Amino acid sequence: MSTAPSVPPRPPRGRGPLARREARLAWQLLAPTLAAVSLVVILPLLAIFWISFKPVTLADLRPPAPVVRESLRGSGEDMRVEYSLRNSSQDQTVSGVVLTDTLPDVLSFRGSPEAPCQADGKVLTCNFGDIEGGFRTRVAVPVTGQGDDDALEAAAEGSEPTVTGTAPNVLTNLTFTWQNFARIFDGSEFWNVLGVTLFYTFFGTAGALVVGLFAALLLDRSFKGQGILRGLYLFPYVAPVIAVAFTWVTLFDPFSGSANALLIQMGVSQSAINFFGERPLALVMVTLFEIWRYFPLSFLFILARMQSIDTDMYEAADMDGASPFQKFRFLSLPQLLGILSVLFLLRFIWTFNKFDDIFLLTGGNAGTRVLTVNVYEQAFDLANIGAGAAVAVVIFLCLTLFSIFFFRVMSREEGL
Amino acid sequence: MKSLRTGYITGAALGVLWSFTMAVTVAVAMSFATGDGFRPGTLGIVLSGLLCGALSARVGRWVAPVAGVVIYAVLTAVGLPPVVAEGGMLHVVLSAVIGGAVVGLGMWAISGDLPPGALTRHEFEASIIRFLTGFGYVFFTAIVVIPFYVMVMTSLKSQQALLQNPLDFSLDLSRGWDLLRSYRELLTDYNFGQYLWTSFFISVLTVLITLAFSIPGAYAVARLRFRGRAAMSRSVLLIYMVPMIVLALPIYIGFSMAGLRNTVFGIIVIYPVTTIPVALYMLQGYFRGLPAEVEEAGLMDGLSRLAVIWKITLPLSLPALASVSLYVFMIAWNEFLLAFMLLDDPSKFTLTRGIASLNSSEIPRQHLMAGAVIATVPIMGLFLGLERFMTRGLTAGSVKG
Repeated sequence: MSTAPSVPPRPPRGRGPLARREARLAWQLLAPTLAAVSLVVILPLLAIFWISFKPVTLADLRPPAPVVRESLRGSGEDMRVEYSLRNSSQDQTVSGVVLTDTLPDVLSFRGSPEAPCQADGKVLTCNFGDIEGGFRTRVAVPVTGQGDDDALEAAAEGSEPTVTGTAPNVLTNLTFTWQNFARIFDGSEFWNVLGVTLFYTFFGTAGALVVGLFAALLLDRSFKGQGILRGLYLFPYVAPVIAVAFTWVTLFDPFSGSANALLIQMGVSQSAINFFGERPLALVMVTLFEIWRYFPLSFLFILARMQSIDTDMYEAADMDGASPFQKFRFLSLPQLLGILSVLFLLRFIWTFNKFDDIFLLTGGNAGTRVLTVNVYEQAFDLANIGAGAAVAVVIFLCLTLFSIFFFRVMSREEGL
Repeated sequence: MKSLRTGYITGAALGVLWSFTMAVTVAVAMSFATGDGFRPGTLGIVLSGLLCGALSARVGRWVAPVAGVVIYAVLTAVGLPPVVAEGGMLHVVLSAVIGGAVVGLGMWAISGDLPPGALTRHEFEASIIRFLTGFGYVFFTAIVVIPFYVMVMTSLKSQQALLQNPLDFSLDLSRGWDLLRSYRELLTDYNFGQYLWTSFFISVLTVLITLAFSIPGAYAVARLRFRGRAAMSRSVLLIYMVPMIVLALPIYIGFSMAGLRNTVFGIIVIYPVTTIPVALYMLQGYFRGLPAEVEEAGLMDGLSRLAVIWKITLPLSLPALASVSLYVFMIAWNEFLLAFMLLDDPSKFTLTRGIASLNSSEIPRQHLMAGAVIATVPIMGLFLGLERFMTRGLTAGSVKG
């Protein structure tokens, strides 16, 4: 008799019911967030690509529609309900326009109404077919009524007529155009804007980093009041951007600004300087504002990293007779390089995205128009939503590039 | 180069730099305090710095405070003042005494134990670092304090006074409560009480909704195993990088069509979505750091996952929740772009939108600044009261601006 060779037990393979349950729970917990984010991030992103290929202006957001107004005119034998109907658009046709209205109980039709209207019991139906842009007409329907005129008028105007019609909606139809992109890339303006953006982004980021490093070096020691100073140096970042931006505008105002008064009085300048209104200066000023507002963030991160550096290293360096500058150059800086590069990349992306600061300081005038402000200007000031969307698409593509680069570096640093 | 590295020369050079820093500081501070003319005088600065620096290297650092005051006084008396003061004897004396004192005290700290003769590299660099430290404190304090000082003081002045002398921030205390006139007008005529309430209401709701969405999501990403978990935690960061202005345009169009534009409801719908990714990212980092064993013990004792989150994880992460709440509150309170684009009806403005509407040439500047103060004070109060949470929230909240 031979027994079957015994099979050693194997570990279970694949996903067991417990693992499946855990995964299901995870997706359930994530579901609300995913839904919200896709609704407000993914959907708009797709929409912006769609819109960037469409000839949409601000006025198109309200699609053309027939508009009707009803009023009761005359009295006795002459009494009639008048409908005035018009196309809300000046140039687009609305097709299949039908007006329906139900007369109130106190009114009834007198004879049959004129074309294109028909009466059926108390219900009035008027079929206007297609109406062209700028079309307007007036239809009078003779009626009789019981009671005093004011009550009749209130009753007639109390029943709202309904009017239907379909108009081509430029947002949802299938006409596409390259015009928006052609328009924004046309001429030197776009490259100018891109240049300004890169200047602002690069120097704003690098400046905030350097100033933040300086501040972190100052505060990387314990003394009385260190906490107070740290809190104080965070003020520019914590305060609402609108408050500090307007404060800068007030401070540097050419007529009533204290900065100008101070400079003139100290003999630095002969006449008032229009800090936010002159061509190269305005760009420097908004970059300085960016540095001023965001150095606290860099300094906070750098300080946190500094305080986690092992002090043994510095003691060893002291024993070897390293001078203070050498210690900074050969010990601190290499230790901080990781956080500095991650900070630089992240801040670079975020400065590139910044809209509020420049919009509030100069409104994009005087050579400070960056890409994000250009989106707003094209879409709202020039009322060309399509062109605004095209600029937004360009921004998004630039960012995708930056992000790919960022994640490469990030996975190498693994710092943050 | 090496021969220049002696106590005299280093001391004198740093003395000139320090004297310059202090003279400018005193001149600016005195101008802002009195509204009269003060400016640094070049020759006086150079002479006082050279003398004070060299003396404290030669005689010893203890001499610096006395030397500073004496040198400033003498130079002012002989007509070479480091701080040129206009408007009366009192100003001249004050600026000489204060300037001399701060220069002397600073030099005392900067000189350290600088020997008069040749310096080692160590001593040389240490003295430069001491100067840079002093300069840094003055510089950073000035650039942070001046704008906020101007903001508050402008809101207390009248338009005429501002145009007459933009430097004069001294308060006319005889006006009494009338000093706060622009605040009173904002609250009564411009409806700012309402805006404050709207902003507060929206911010608190945003915090609550954000937490409700991000806590389960963060827990799932941090603790539970499922396919796509790594991709999920990475895409959170990616969403964080999509610029608001790119989204604002479609949101504006969508809201216009759905009739949500110009409603507080629309704002409450949109704000949490902008903050959920940040909150999720911060919280998942914290949840990862919590010991899993505690939760497993709870599971073994028969709690369900949801009960574990509610009874174990959340109580343990209260500090993180506080940080996240504060950070989200700050974002919602300070938000400008969406409020500006979506709200047109003055009765529904948030505070930031209300301030934006004050920025017109018809409305006096002090109203604008008073509005800025009203928006800044609550967030600053919150920040100072809970600074530790806020700092942690900011560092964990990555580098969003």
